[in-house]
Amino acid sequence: MVKINGEELNVAGTTVAQYLIESGYDTKRVAVELNGDILPKTQYEITVINDGDNIEVVSFVGGG
Amino acid sequence: MTKEEWYNALAIRHGTDLQQKFSSASVALCGLGGLGSNVAVSLARAGVGTLRLIDFDKVDISNLHRQQYTVSQLGMYKTEAMRQTISAISPYCNVMTHTVRLTENNLSLLSDCEIICECFDNAVCKAMLVNGISEHYPEKYIVSASGMSGLHSSNAILTKKLGKRLYICGDGTSDVNTDGTLFAPRVMLCAAHQANAVLRIIAGKFEV
Repeated sequence: MVKINGEELNVAGTTVAQYLIESGYDTKRVAVELNGDILPKTQYEITVINDGDNIEVVSFVGGG
Repeated sequence: MTKEEWYNALAIRHGTDLQQKFSSASVALCGLGGLGSNVAVSLARAGVGTLRLIDFDKVDISNLHRQQYTVSQLGMYKTEAMRQTISAISPYCNVMTHTVRLTENNLSLLSDCEIICECFDNAVCKAMLVNGISEHYPEKYIVSASGMSGLHSSNAILTKKLGKRLYICGDGTSDVNTDGTLFAPRVMLCAAHQANAVLRIIAGKFEV
């Protein structure tokens, strides 16, 4: 299982990019923390989510 | 007011050790709207030594409801208006200005600042800056903001930490495009979270 934003999900084996798109995120508005580090955007397509990973996805909203 | 008088007044309030840290800190403000103008004023009051101000826009009448500008500053570049405001509060603060649009291609403007405040209003620009700095300048601290629109509860505004050097302030969800406009107090609350996060980082307090 993979923990994403505190929720246990069965998404091991997919890439970060696939997960984001399938979950409805706009990848231009997100920052992703993978196991305690910010994952560079250039790594989304090639980073495969593994069992035990801890992921936080922040989707920025407008206003400032 | 001499520089010595000013510094001593701050040192009495904050303690000499802490004031030395504030005075030698260098902070970039990316965007000088509702967030950036309020963060800038807080940091100038605290005696942060160097502020690098970045914004391409001019002060507009529609900004007066939440941004730290005055009627006499209408039409001025926000960088120059904020330089004027800071100089009236904290005349010995070293202010550097860049009247440009910050993009992936000129992030090097931020290379000598230890702490970067993301104070944009557009969500895509926010993500661009946070990801760009995390990737190209991983040693820097970023203090970002997301979600401060509408008349929602003050208590929903939080500071959250992501990774080792990224702080995100706000309620995380209230979007100006769906939750209504921005109101001065709630934007200032979020800006105050950002400014406090900056001072805490300078003081070596890295937890939220």
